[in-house]
Amino acid sequence: MMAVSKNEITQDMFQPAVIDKSLQEQVSGPSIGFWSDGFRRLRKNKAAMVSAFIILLIVIMALVGPHMSKYGIDDQDLKRSNLPPRISALANIHWLPFDGKNEQGVDVYKERGIKQDLWFGADKLGRDLWTRVWKGTQISLFIAVVAAAADLIIGVAYGGISAYFGGQVDNIMQRILEVLNGIPNLVIIILLIIVMQPGIPAIILAIAMTGWIGMARIIRGEVLKLKNLEFVLAARTLGASDSRIISKHMVPNTMSMIIIHTMFSVPGAIFFEAFLSFIGLGLQPPKASLGVLINEGYKMLSLHPYQALFPGVIISLLLICFNIFGDGLRDAFDPKLRQ
Amino acid sequence: MENILEIKDLHVSFDTYGGEVQAVRGVNLELKKGETLAIVGESGSGKSVTSKTIMRLLPKPAARIKSGEIWFNGKDLTKLSEKEMQKIRGSEISMIFQDPMTSLNPTMSIGKQIMEGLRKHQKLGKQEALQRAIELLDLVGIPNPEARVKQYPHQFSGGMRQRVVIAIALACNPKVLIADEPTTALDVTIQAQILDLMKDLQNKMQTSIILITHDLGVVANMAQRVAVMYGGKIVETGTVDEIFYRPKHPYTWGLLSSMPRLHSKTDELLAIPGTPPDLSNPPKGCPFAPRCPHAMKVCVEYMPDYTTLSETQKTACWLLDERAPKVEPPEIIAVGGAGK
Amino acid sequence: MTETAEREKLIEVKNLKKYFKVGKKAILKAVDDVSFHIYRGETFGLVGESGCGKSTTGRTIIRLYEATDGEVLFEGKNVHAKMSRKELKEFNKKMQMIFQDPYASLNPRMTVKDIIAEGIDIHGLAKSKKERDEKVYELLETVGLNKEHANRFPHEFSGGQRQRIGIARALAVDPDFIIADEPISALDVSIQAQVVNLLQKLQKERGLTYLFIAHDLSMVKHISDRVGVMYLGNMVEVAASDELYDNPLHPYTEALLSAIPVPDPNYERSRERIILKGDVPSPVNPPSGCRFRTRCPLATDICAQVAPKLREAREGHWVACHLYDDEYKHAFNK
Repeated sequence: MMAVSKNEITQDMFQPAVIDKSLQEQVSGPSIGFWSDGFRRLRKNKAAMVSAFIILLIVIMALVGPHMSKYGIDDQDLKRSNLPPRISALANIHWLPFDGKNEQGVDVYKERGIKQDLWFGADKLGRDLWTRVWKGTQISLFIAVVAAAADLIIGVAYGGISAYFGGQVDNIMQRILEVLNGIPNLVIIILLIIVMQPGIPAIILAIAMTGWIGMARIIRGEVLKLKNLEFVLAARTLGASDSRIISKHMVPNTMSMIIIHTMFSVPGAIFFEAFLSFIGLGLQPPKASLGVLINEGYKMLSLHPYQALFPGVIISLLLICFNIFGDGLRDAFDPKLRQ
Repeated sequence: MENILEIKDLHVSFDTYGGEVQAVRGVNLELKKGETLAIVGESGSGKSVTSKTIMRLLPKPAARIKSGEIWFNGKDLTKLSEKEMQKIRGSEISMIFQDPMTSLNPTMSIGKQIMEGLRKHQKLGKQEALQRAIELLDLVGIPNPEARVKQYPHQFSGGMRQRVVIAIALACNPKVLIADEPTTALDVTIQAQILDLMKDLQNKMQTSIILITHDLGVVANMAQRVAVMYGGKIVETGTVDEIFYRPKHPYTWGLLSSMPRLHSKTDELLAIPGTPPDLSNPPKGCPFAPRCPHAMKVCVEYMPDYTTLSETQKTACWLLDERAPKVEPPEIIAVGGAGK
Repeated sequence: MTETAEREKLIEVKNLKKYFKVGKKAILKAVDDVSFHIYRGETFGLVGESGCGKSTTGRTIIRLYEATDGEVLFEGKNVHAKMSRKELKEFNKKMQMIFQDPYASLNPRMTVKDIIAEGIDIHGLAKSKKERDEKVYELLETVGLNKEHANRFPHEFSGGQRQRIGIARALAVDPDFIIADEPISALDVSIQAQVVNLLQKLQKERGLTYLFIAHDLSMVKHISDRVGVMYLGNMVEVAASDELYDNPLHPYTEALLSAIPVPDPNYERSRERIILKGDVPSPVNPPSGCRFRTRCPLATDICAQVAPKLREAREGHWVACHLYDDEYKHAFNK
């Protein structure tokens, strides 16, 4: 309760006030769309921003890296066989692996009289690992993105149609889905690899054929929920056609879920490709993907650990950062979690 | 009658990304022993926040008590620790909420939920607590309580669930019951049953009730005293007769005249134009001024003091100042009291 | 109001049934043999508690649901008949609906302008973007909002404002008949009055016909010319709204009226209430005969055996209860 001294308030203040009628219906604050509100929230999430930055850095390196050294991915030279990594500027920091010394502490560069630094060292056949690792990252990312995009298109279409039309259509489509889901992924992939030659198209197809099921289920859930919301009913009473309802009402309201889920399926695809390559069903040499490189490095793990180190660190970073960024996206955009 | 609960100059704010939202701006209330005090207001008036503040149930990082005191049983509830509050909740002050569907834990039997409070606060053994739970179910009018005490919430209807919620709240015989819109989610015939039950139990157990609602019919049915809230402040308090038959605040007039009356014929309802104020940027004067048909220049600039009209009625309005023009309340108020 | 004999029946509902399958075998009889009519230009209130089927009736009339049996005639034409796309679109223009939940009835990703203009877009009622904008601004003003609101999003508005946007959306196609499905239940009391006044104003200006579905009998009485009371899928009483209040015939209507708390303390203190015992039975397994008999203070044996039919007990006042049936009324000791 505020005590106001009687002197401050004069008689004429008891005249009717002029109230701006338009203020009665005022909507205050700037107009915030869904996306700008979400991005603002995302920017506040430091972990997500750092992850996004790291991903961006890796992508740039994947494009630029292979061109930075003068060696190609398949330039072999036995003189450089198993050459440890060396970066002259960092050679004196002994806890970093860039001093050019092998496991016995011998400076191999000196020993063999090699002038040129190989930043990531070389593998058994003397191939420059810097070039191979970044080229491999490029290939892994490419496979993952194309596969995730295929998952998106197939999954959204399948889940969306199944949920929108409902009834018998939904029933049949879901039963088919369950059957497909029951077949082990590895069996499908082995069959594919036998039919097609192992290579990038085969792997993309393999991942796409099995990954869309998760997306389809999520989209189906969202559309089933949306279908009965009153604004969709209102559109129907206005006479909207099915295509209009799907494009103007369903899709914009599921977009955030689609993006979030895709963001999570990319690391899944990266890992799956690495797994395939690791068990020998992936790319064949001399092509390199992160999985292939890890496989090769794994064979030399006790003698020359650096050969597995660099592809391992990069794939770990990619997986961790995509997951953290995906979490950040979900926190920022998932309508259920909004305050 | 002594005061069993006293709120003094309470200010509560929420910190949101858009800034500070001042939900409660200087509220003073007393609750007397054995009475039902109704807090009436619409969304955004601050009534729910006030009641949750008494129980200290507001979300911790977002809400904060800026200033004020809540006196209960010789203690200031705003200063107690969480542990001390836990001893009070459910045993001395209880609360029931609007939605009976979400007020009960779907995975626990009804009996267990009633027994929780009994075992914690009154330290009863399992058998004793079960007996008491059955007695309570009978007290709130649930038929066949011995069998139903083992059942789960989904086996009860909406009205039954609300009865169970009341049983849980009254299990430890609290001195104060806070009922936040207890019948809003119920059908009107079920609402009548529940209101009857609450009045009956209040008589038996001498509980003081704070009833929060926007339904003036429910207020007329249950309350002895009424506080009208708007824009985070109490604009008028009084006995139920004073508020319904001799209200002095234009917002109270507006509320009463915007309700259709079952017993009288009205051609048009006198609606209050506009929408409630944005409390992230509260107006400096009277919060109702932008919508008040009698607003004066002073109303926009200064918050009015309370004018004491009787021992029980207080109104915060510049119209009651001696310098203000005389304004007649709308017709429906003057006619009011004509029932069938 | 013109004499009953001359008036045109805009909507005729004849023996409407809407059943839903729940689980493997059970059938939920949400609407079970309901008949009534609505005259052009009037407001017909449909009232009842949760589970009575009033919302389902409204949605079946506007074809959001297919009728299980019975028919709905609009201007004499069967609403559920097979129609070409063009004919269907004509219906959509003439019949519109306002929904209950102001938070779910507007697409959160669309601007207010696009939401209101949706009907205009679908039916091609504006020839240029300018004309479209003009129409939207006009509609916003009609419902008491401003031009500036057109580019904002629904979440920035209060419940009452959103409901008015919903009304503007319905008006955009210039309908003859609007079904208002609990349009004010989710709003504050003072805002309810705003919306109801708006609806009445629009009715006077545009000659609209309303089906007003609600559970708040005082508001329904205020806005409606005639009222129908539903219980568990059946229509139990239909009468002019004053007549229904002054002379309720059906025991359920009496109990309903008695249960409403009135904002008048003296009245509340002195009144004798009819408090119904027990809960509303499940619509999946309704009681045999008269569905209200399990809670009716006057029920006798005949009520369990024979379901009462809706009969005209007084002029313009219909009721479905054996108390008013010459054949059975002797069975009661009233």
